[in-house]
Amino acid sequence: MREAALTATGIVAGYVKGLPILTDVSMTARRGAVTVLIGPNGAGKSTLIKAIAGLVTVTRGKVELGDRDITNPRTDTLQELGIAYVPQSDNIFRTLTIRQNLDLVLRRDKLRAEERRAALFEQFPDLADKEHERAGGLSGGQRQFLAVAMALATDPSTILLDEPSAGLSPRAAGEVLAHVRKLADDGVTILLVEQNVNQALRMADDCFILADGRNQIDGPAADLLNDPVVGEIYLGGKRVRAS
Amino acid sequence: MIQSLLDGVLVGAILSLGAIGLTMAMHILRFANFSHAELLSIGAYAALVFDGLFAALFPLLSEAIGPLSLTWALAAAIIVSMAITAISAILIDRVVFRRVRALGGELSMVFASFGVALVIRNFISLIFGLKTQLYSEDIVFAVILSQDPLLLVKPDQVFALIAALIIMLALHLFLSRTTLGYALRAVAENPTLAEVNGINLKRMIAVVWTIGGGLAAFAGVSYGLTNQISPVIGRDLVLPIFAATIVGGIGSVYGAVLGGFMVGIAANLALVVLPSGYSPAVPFLIIILVLLVRPNGLFGEARA
Repeated sequence: MREAALTATGIVAGYVKGLPILTDVSMTARRGAVTVLIGPNGAGKSTLIKAIAGLVTVTRGKVELGDRDITNPRTDTLQELGIAYVPQSDNIFRTLTIRQNLDLVLRRDKLRAEERRAALFEQFPDLADKEHERAGGLSGGQRQFLAVAMALATDPSTILLDEPSAGLSPRAAGEVLAHVRKLADDGVTILLVEQNVNQALRMADDCFILADGRNQIDGPAADLLNDPVVGEIYLGGKRVRAS
Repeated sequence: MIQSLLDGVLVGAILSLGAIGLTMAMHILRFANFSHAELLSIGAYAALVFDGLFAALFPLLSEAIGPLSLTWALAAAIIVSMAITAISAILIDRVVFRRVRALGGELSMVFASFGVALVIRNFISLIFGLKTQLYSEDIVFAVILSQDPLLLVKPDQVFALIAALIIMLALHLFLSRTTLGYALRAVAENPTLAEVNGINLKRMIAVVWTIGGGLAAFAGVSYGLTNQISPVIGRDLVLPIFAATIVGGIGSVYGAVLGGFMVGIAANLALVVLPSGYSPAVPFLIIILVLLVRPNGLFGEARA
């Protein structure tokens, strides 16, 4: 059994004071595992990731990284905590070149920057070929790879990914998710929000299903994939009923 | 006509320097700062004070540099005034804009900037009086570049233009070659993503004010050197600087440079066909024409 790397307990959070989107959510992401958050639109999946990243204020509950309480972190200190967050859209700097995007993230470790950049280009050869091109000109899939490369640049222990396959062709989405799986196999803790339930459950280790800002069902992803109730609700297209 | 073009280029360089700082602050802080042009006044007067001080303390510095009216004392004073104006810009942000930002919206910021402009302008009038002043009482004759058509240029104007171009080149290298430059561009494009990537927004805002204040100070001194110094420099230049910013596209440093030259040249060329009283309307016409064709300005992009 892998140890818990990131834990959220009894989270209440929202964008407007007094109107919480998350009313009571708990989840655990294990080290070196892919934990996927699924649920209908408005369930609070992205809000939970943003709350962990400090972009939405947690008014009650606790977020822990290992044994450390990191509730409501300053967003610009996430990298120092070893956390990388990849938003769903606008997750690269379009006006900078690919290399400048990476150098920006690598700026704190100038000594190792060149080595890290070379390693990332080796991992993402498509990006290496376009190193000096503006990132705004990349295809959807290439943008997601650049966003993931930026997240990896600082060697994070945990990556929060908000719908990395959104808007991509099935092939590109498959490639991105396969890469995410590989990162987890290399020891990175992945917390993933995904709309493509079937694909997500096939590549994830653990799954938490949210609805109306609360936990609904959770367990090993493989079990939920074969669960007739989950299959009917999520793979058959019906909405989950709030408890 | 060619003389107007030449004068327009010289005025354009001053407007560009003002517009660069304004476009950066407007893009990153998301508000139209109508007090930005007052930073030119602060720079011009700070240089006047330190020019006098340096000349009194070190009489040798009162020597003019070559054919210019610019003395060594004023050259040193320009550097001090750039630092003072940058610090003033940061202080104004800390004392006024940061507080309004925390409590109000963009519109509150705009109104606050009007208030700041009035306070600065009247404070300068109170201290230095309303009378116009000059850095040097010496008469510097214009150099004849051509007899037919007659083209005249003052050495101080050439100095201001060349120095402005060098500053713009340095800024270009800073933004395109350094990670701090990338960070500034990143914050301008998407502040939330910049924070997620470890960029401290407060520090970047201070950098923007430092650059904006420094450039505004140099623009203010250049204006004073080629025209005269008065407490209404800011009032007179606020609209042309805004026009340059909007024409170039908010957030685009290169657009601000081009916009500054376009507005400067157009305003001077207009004098050939229009009575001088209509000259202040030219920046408005340019804004309207550009926005009709390109609503985001020449180099502006939709913001994240």
